[in-house]
Amino acid sequence: MSRSSGRSSPLTPYLQVAPLALIMLAMVGVPLITVVLLSFWQSDGISIYPEFTWANYAQVLTSPVTLTLFLNTLKYAALTLVATILIGFTCSYFLVFHVRNLKWQIGLFLLCTIPFWTSNVIRMVSWIPFLGREGVFNQALISAGMIDQPLDILLYSDFAVVLTYIHLFTLFMIVPIFNSMAKINPNLIEAARDAGASGWQILWTVIVPLSRTGIALGSIFVVTLVMGDFFVVRVMSGGQSASVVSAMKNQIDQLFYPEAAAMAVLLIVVVLLMVSAILRIVDIRSELAK
Amino acid sequence: MTTRTSKTGVSRRDFLKTSAAGAGAAVGSGILGAPMIWAQTIKDITLNQVGPSYSVIGDICEKASADLGFKIVPQTADSTQLMAKVVNQPETIDIADLEFWAMQKIWRSGQLQPVEVNRIAKWGDITPVMKDGKNFDGSAQSMQGTTPIKVMYTGGAGDTTFAASATDFATTLPTIFNADTVGIRPDLIGRPVDSWGELFNPEFKGKTALVNIPQIGIMDAAMAMEALGELTYGDKGNMTREEIDATINRLIGLKKDGQFRAFWSTFDESVNLMAGGEVVIQSMWSPAVTAVKSRGTACVYQGLKEGYRGWGLGMGLMSHLEGIKLEAAYEYLNWYLSGWQGAFIARQGYYSSVLSTTKEQLTANEWGYWYEGKAATEDILDPYGAVMDKAGAVRDGGSFEARMGHVACWNTVMDEERYMVQRWNEFVSS
Repeated sequence: MSRSSGRSSPLTPYLQVAPLALIMLAMVGVPLITVVLLSFWQSDGISIYPEFTWANYAQVLTSPVTLTLFLNTLKYAALTLVATILIGFTCSYFLVFHVRNLKWQIGLFLLCTIPFWTSNVIRMVSWIPFLGREGVFNQALISAGMIDQPLDILLYSDFAVVLTYIHLFTLFMIVPIFNSMAKINPNLIEAARDAGASGWQILWTVIVPLSRTGIALGSIFVVTLVMGDFFVVRVMSGGQSASVVSAMKNQIDQLFYPEAAAMAVLLIVVVLLMVSAILRIVDIRSELAK
Repeated sequence: MTTRTSKTGVSRRDFLKTSAAGAGAAVGSGILGAPMIWAQTIKDITLNQVGPSYSVIGDICEKASADLGFKIVPQTADSTQLMAKVVNQPETIDIADLEFWAMQKIWRSGQLQPVEVNRIAKWGDITPVMKDGKNFDGSAQSMQGTTPIKVMYTGGAGDTTFAASATDFATTLPTIFNADTVGIRPDLIGRPVDSWGELFNPEFKGKTALVNIPQIGIMDAAMAMEALGELTYGDKGNMTREEIDATINRLIGLKKDGQFRAFWSTFDESVNLMAGGEVVIQSMWSPAVTAVKSRGTACVYQGLKEGYRGWGLGMGLMSHLEGIKLEAAYEYLNWYLSGWQGAFIARQGYYSSVLSTTKEQLTANEWGYWYEGKAATEDILDPYGAVMDKAGAVRDGGSFEARMGHVACWNTVMDEERYMVQRWNEFVSS
């Protein structure tokens, strides 16, 4: 931008980033620093003393619960990621390569967003009467004679949690994948076909590599959303499963802020590692600049 | 009604004298000037009352504001949020409705000032289960957990410890309390249930639930384990690490076997679990049972032979209250014991600390049903006028004495709480 305006002062780019930088500093930077500080402080259950201690980290890192919690949360993240990528990729593929008419493309794309016109909570809670023991699905299966006993696994289970995540977060996968697929030059596919590539070869060697920016972006959204959730886990598992954040909430409720802060810092580190791993595989910045 | 009006009048007149003298605002004869000053200043007073939704109720605050002439602003917060607020943002609260176990945790923060007993006209009429540590027959109450007497008194202003016996300074004014037990679906169980041990009965595999509040959930589990004779606790309200380990390990085993359908965290979750037939026996609050019943589903708040888990709460005055605002707060505290509030919450199934005034405000039918365990002679209405039990019905668990006199342990926080919460997290994530 500044390049085009020629005579602008060297300060211009700084002024341009200043508003966002200030907001990020105040709304993200300061709270983050507070959490990090808090994680090194001592507490006696109600008051917090600014005295340095490793005890919170010692407790978090030595407790076997921490590992269970992280593994459990990572399991949810992995399952959700695989499912949303499959659904997101298939939907986008259909929209981009099978729907030739631009109007239809846009229309169908908007159709994907309709469920997102209602709140997350409502979309989540509406699964409960559907999946419950006396819910619509179980009743239908029973009256169709397919089962005698209602299936308990449908609700208050890992299945219910992952299903809800997929329902809530798939759009975050569809949008970026659709975006990067739409940028693929059709000539490339023509060329591949002329060179004798089969449909699968085109998909695997042309389309997937060229959509990876979208997949990577979507993955970042989905992974961070799942890793930071506690509400879906609590409600859909009926409290039978815990995530990192739901354990953190138990600690916060009992005013054990420093332990919760140590856990939060650990979570941030893990999520940052995951995101940087994704960024290592796909150089999103250079891909987006294309 | 008439007695209450005159009482309020008297206390207000007393109040005028003290405030006029205290402020030194009396001009000339004083008596003539004072009402003007009072009437003017009183309108500007606003008291923020913060507490759980079952205690801080808009209708009660509205009625009090109308009776007293100053404004009481209700704000609801879970006990856990409230504790954090009292400690971290004390200036946003004037009166905090604190559960006794929460008092055990935050009294030492020094953010509350004691309630002077001699400024509470009806202090002497408060039920002994709240202020004397005695049951109705004079026997000592269960001291397992936070028995109200343990946190009721303190040495005086600035004292951040609890006094072992009655003093002239109360930490809070006790207001409402109840005895908790399990809720059951009699239609789906089809046989009598009389022991906490039934929570762990394999017969109800996949159809039981516990409350996911660590310190309460573990106590329900402890009641069950003790009932089954698996473990006798020194003090269920203050378990040792070994007792916590034994209890949690047992719970983990049960969970792996699929005993539990869910662990609920909120009122509506517990209602839906029960009403939807997901669960047939679980820890429950009394109004949640009422809510299930009002949907036309059979549900009983089943009294059990091992006894109840008791809880209660009181109104605490924040330290920053002073002068005319503090006077107004005392006016409000006195109003609270004058009967209207007691009758209101009685219709939700809770008890209030002064029975005599509550009785005046209830009909004979209501008093018989809620407090005496008698069959209702006509339909029982909730505070908003909806029918909640039909004529002929009897309250689950019987009379006030039968329920409150049979509390086995009280909601609490343990010395080993940090360890307990950690192990509870392990249980939930297992």
